[in-house]
Amino acid sequence: MAINTDKNVYTVVFAAVMVIVVGSILAFLATGLSGRINENMRFEKQQNILYAMGVNENVDEGSVNFVPTDVVEDEFSQYITEQIVIKGDEVVDNSEAYLIDMKKQLALAKKGETPELPLFIGEKDGKKFYVIPMYGKGLWDDIWGYIALDNTMVVQGVFFDHKGETPGLGANINQRYFMDDFSGESIMSGTRYAGINVAKGNNDPLNNNKEDNEVDALAGATITGNGVSAMIKETVNLYKDYLKTIRTN
Amino acid sequence: MALLSKKDANLIKDPLADNNPITIQVLGICSALAITAELKASVVMAIAVMFVLGVGNVVISAMRNIIPSKIRIIVQLIVVATLVIVVDQVLKAFAYPLSKTLSVFVGLIITNCIIMGRFEAFALGNGLWRSFLDGIGNSLGYGIILVIVGFFRELLGSGTLFGYPVFGDPIEKTGLYAFGYENNGFMIIPPAALIVVGIIIWVQRTRNPALVEEN
Repeated sequence: MAINTDKNVYTVVFAAVMVIVVGSILAFLATGLSGRINENMRFEKQQNILYAMGVNENVDEGSVNFVPTDVVEDEFSQYITEQIVIKGDEVVDNSEAYLIDMKKQLALAKKGETPELPLFIGEKDGKKFYVIPMYGKGLWDDIWGYIALDNTMVVQGVFFDHKGETPGLGANINQRYFMDDFSGESIMSGTRYAGINVAKGNNDPLNNNKEDNEVDALAGATITGNGVSAMIKETVNLYKDYLKTIRTN
Repeated sequence: MALLSKKDANLIKDPLADNNPITIQVLGICSALAITAELKASVVMAIAVMFVLGVGNVVISAMRNIIPSKIRIIVQLIVVATLVIVVDQVLKAFAYPLSKTLSVFVGLIITNCIIMGRFEAFALGNGLWRSFLDGIGNSLGYGIILVIVGFFRELLGSGTLFGYPVFGDPIEKTGLYAFGYENNGFMIIPPAALIVVGIIIWVQRTRNPALVEEN
């Protein structure tokens, strides 16, 4: 059966049918899988928060190993003792604070409205951790992460991730050799809430100096690094008022 | 390759050497430059392209007699885009960590000109089986270049392969670094890929002068 595929009517009908078929396939797929995908993303958030406060399966100095997904829910409720939401001067408990979208809250803050800022209080080996979510811009797309502080404002651990930074360069912000450098750095410079700078050429590649508010940058990833610095600074600024209430030194 | 006739076998073999999509046809060069700073990314990208090109070629070949020629490019684009979204969603649901590793690459496949090139040049005029073989062959040819470039860039640029240190530790100055060896940071940036691809093309044309164009 030969079809005249050059006719305009045929072309239009073909296009319409194709759109309907492809649209249905994708809609079907998206609805069918959205449950699993959302669940995966929820587990990932829990894994990231736990990772920042040092609850992970890291064995050596090379790779990032999260708590496995099948136990993450239990571990999360075990280690995270309190989830709070800070809205202006109000502080309320909210057991689903970790699901709050930081991107939206930062946008609200930029518009001058009062954002709802989540903060997770964890306890491990008798020590308290304050885990703060962060959100910012890298070179190509969004970057985000979690920073765990103790009550002296010293970083206990961080986790960074990104949507689409350059592989081999900016994408390496989620590698151990970058993230591990932040541990032990203070976000305070004297009494100022300064954050931590990702610095090029600070002559301290091994990061022995923990008092300088600086970690060594990634070569070839200046803009992603600047994004990380800006993200930490912005977050610290937003949470400053609350941090003042917990700071003991 | 007793499974395949000689003609079919050539569909796989040609793109690996004398009709390589990157070094001879100079297609898909953008992703070959962008993502080959690490060997792992190269391998992952090669596998993802193999899936999309293999399946896409079959789909286009199956529809080749009913696709209106006026909108065939759009139809091809929709097929690629759909396949890429399907891959992306399925990975997110069933292999979440892997989908994190792939992140940008899955989206980048849509822009890979090898795919549209093979749809247009081959799948529109050939049967299902041959189109499938052509898709696999071309993605292998693409993949092999990616892996070669990724190998040299990661080895010389970072001193590692698949993330494992090969030359020792550059900061602690062990292994080769103890003798004053330094990683070449230039290899990590995209222009280095251009040079490596250039060298591959040079070697290939020196070995087979028939490939050199006459002016």
